[in-house]
Amino acid sequence: MEFDQLIIGLAGVIATASPIVFAVLGETLTERAGVINLSVNGMILLTAMSGFAVAATTGSVLLGFAAGMLIGALVGAVVAFTSITLRQSQVAIGFVLALMTRDLAYYLGSPFTGQNGPRVPPAPIPLLSDIPVVGPLFFDHDLVVYLSFILIAVTYLWLFRTAPGLVLQGVGERPASAYVRGVDVNRQRYFYTILGGALVGLAGPAYSLSIKAGWQGTISGLDGIGWIALAITIFGGWNPLRAATGAYFFALLQWLSLVLQPVLTGIPSQVLQVAPFPLMILTLLLVNFGSTEWVRRRLSALPEDQRRAVNALIRRLNVSPPSALGTNFRKQ
Amino acid sequence: MQVEFRNIHKRFGSVHANKGITLNIPGGCIQGLLGENGAGKSTLMKVLSGFITSDEGEILLDGRAVTIPSPAGAIEQGIGMLHQDPLDFPPLRVLDNLLIGGRRGLIPDRRAALKALKEIEAQFGFSLDPDAYVDTLTVGERQQLELIRLLWLGARVLILDEPTTGISAPQKVKLFAALRKLSAEGRTIIFVTHKLEEVYQLCHRAAVLRAGALVAEIEPPYHTENFINAMFGGEIPTPPRQPPPTTAPLLALKGVTVEDARLQVGPIDLTVKAGEVIGLAGMEGSGQDLLLRLCAGLLRPTGGEIALGGRALQNATYHQFLRNRVKFMPADRMTEGLVAGLSLTEHFALNAEVHGFFINYKQAEQTAVERIAEYSIRGFPESPVESLSGGNQQRTLLALLSAPLHLLLLEHPTRGLDLESAVYIWKRLKERARSDGTAILFISSDLDEVLQYSDRVLVFFAGRASVPLSAMQTSVEELGLLIGGVPLETARSTAGMHQPEALSR
Repeated sequence: MEFDQLIIGLAGVIATASPIVFAVLGETLTERAGVINLSVNGMILLTAMSGFAVAATTGSVLLGFAAGMLIGALVGAVVAFTSITLRQSQVAIGFVLALMTRDLAYYLGSPFTGQNGPRVPPAPIPLLSDIPVVGPLFFDHDLVVYLSFILIAVTYLWLFRTAPGLVLQGVGERPASAYVRGVDVNRQRYFYTILGGALVGLAGPAYSLSIKAGWQGTISGLDGIGWIALAITIFGGWNPLRAATGAYFFALLQWLSLVLQPVLTGIPSQVLQVAPFPLMILTLLLVNFGSTEWVRRRLSALPEDQRRAVNALIRRLNVSPPSALGTNFRKQ
Repeated sequence: MQVEFRNIHKRFGSVHANKGITLNIPGGCIQGLLGENGAGKSTLMKVLSGFITSDEGEILLDGRAVTIPSPAGAIEQGIGMLHQDPLDFPPLRVLDNLLIGGRRGLIPDRRAALKALKEIEAQFGFSLDPDAYVDTLTVGERQQLELIRLLWLGARVLILDEPTTGISAPQKVKLFAALRKLSAEGRTIIFVTHKLEEVYQLCHRAAVLRAGALVAEIEPPYHTENFINAMFGGEIPTPPRQPPPTTAPLLALKGVTVEDARLQVGPIDLTVKAGEVIGLAGMEGSGQDLLLRLCAGLLRPTGGEIALGGRALQNATYHQFLRNRVKFMPADRMTEGLVAGLSLTEHFALNAEVHGFFINYKQAEQTAVERIAEYSIRGFPESPVESLSGGNQQRTLLALLSAPLHLLLLEHPTRGLDLESAVYIWKRLKERARSDGTAILFISSDLDEVLQYSDRVLVFFAGRASVPLSAMQTSVEELGLLIGGVPLETARSTAGMHQPEALSR
């Protein structure tokens, strides 16, 4: 493969990852507050359809994105209301919503299937896009991709560098301790479930108005991505930077399965298409295996300085979910 | 700050948890608060710390009536509570724990928090690493962190709920010194405890609650019988000591080693006679818990031999241990011992010796009724176990183990129980040991309990076990030194060879 082709391919990977980035960032925020929104898959489909429908009807791409965010926020609000106020199981609600929003997308979207519509124009950044290698990789995209870069940084800084972010961490870890410190736990959870929903709601229009412009109904190829986004949230250890890395890694695997098809002629193409999914699971295992009893025992046999180094590495790689994830909070 | 409760009433459904409590605590006082489980101590403290509001009555701070709507509202009034299980954020760093909910603003002021941390630490001789993760700290250090946080927020009344449970002896000394200093500064301390000796050591005065009412206010000089009378309405006799049994050896450990990810334990040699009670002492995580789980068949030894009644068990499964009549009673009653959501009847049905395909509810309920009477469990056959108090849960666990046993392994059998339940539990255990010949191994962090009820004691330090010591010839001071890692000979000479009091225990 030519070097230029490689750069173009990798730039494509970065672009196709951006909707997944929106989804994992949104889900990371929601889960950090202790709420699981399992409906991500259906939400992406529904917001892709509605974003496209609104943009095609009004001719405004911006309104399409606004519609996606609004619908995402609404689904988030339903999750928040049923799980926080009505104290129902987050898992059950999430599953039902995942199926419902998906079918709703196919049903309501049928008049728009295969229609022409507007799409986000490319917007190479002057000067920066001319830099060799770095320019085409990062600065020759559209506004959607740039927004994904910005949101990764903002979410990371919000979570780990600001006072409200610290409160968010606390709410997901130990709501009782947060409550004692004067935090309105349920209000925080409402806020981040709705905000997270709005971010997931960006993912749909990012597909239908940019990455895979248009709405193709059941053959849009978007079904399943939401589930991967949920897995990447876990793989990312509820950390925006790691979650984004996971999203890029998954997009890379998908691209590789395409590029390698002509090279690996002996392998059926279906195998390559499915390969990114088990590879993702394998990576997840590798990242988290350090905490297993078996590894711990082997480690205790190492000399002190080596053990400390390995332990530090494992501690960095290893992730544990917000302790209060999926639970209800009740004041004493 | 002066704290005054006036006629506090609180009802939970049909339970009248506080029945018109009136109590005046002067500023700068360390006030002990005692009572059995369910006497109303926690309810009263939850009212003061804003977790619940009282149905009637008022609270006055320095003579001014106040309303305390929430825990955050309480701290604004200067009332801070240190919970038994510190309400902190284990996966976060020490400094972040101070910052959450502390001051407003977008960017947390780490420098100010660090400065406050260092200042308050210097006052009390605490030293916490500001960058350490809280889940790597001991319970005692987490307490210190909470104390620092509350003082930083300006607490002038501190409520401590059984703060000495689960902390080491040196940490307790530090904590008490800090509390004395705080009281000298004019801060009011309310010290909730089960342990009389802590009241004697620390408190300027004490109040006793029983069945929701304030039954006594006691000032020094303290007399134990006054407390016992007030708490239980009568004396509770501790069973007299009996000489160790002279039966045949039952359990034999030969050069046994066991390990988990953090600790290697052993080699341990120990022979236990039928009917003998062995106490395992040591700081938490020194290896005693591993030995207990090993004897229960929950852990495999990495070396050595275990024999029960002459039968080798080192490679046996947990079920083979059960079949050899070995049972284990874990410390965490609700998660490892009982099944939340199931009633007493259902527990006895699960526990039935003969299992059919269908549950014999009639028989299970009959068993439940009998055992409830036999073990004086305060509950009904249909009560879910989580609705019982800690003492009654422990009685239930004991009732479930009523079939004859060779070996019974207990983890903190009386932790968190009131005195009456603790004495009762031990009375039953000793009966089993003496009449059925059940050998008992137990872990406890209460040194008095270890010496009171054991025939012999094994002290653990960093995975090494001491030689078995005769409980009758060991004093609490010696035991304390041994737990801290002091060699036996030094401990004996430092603590003074068994004083007459120690012998007469």
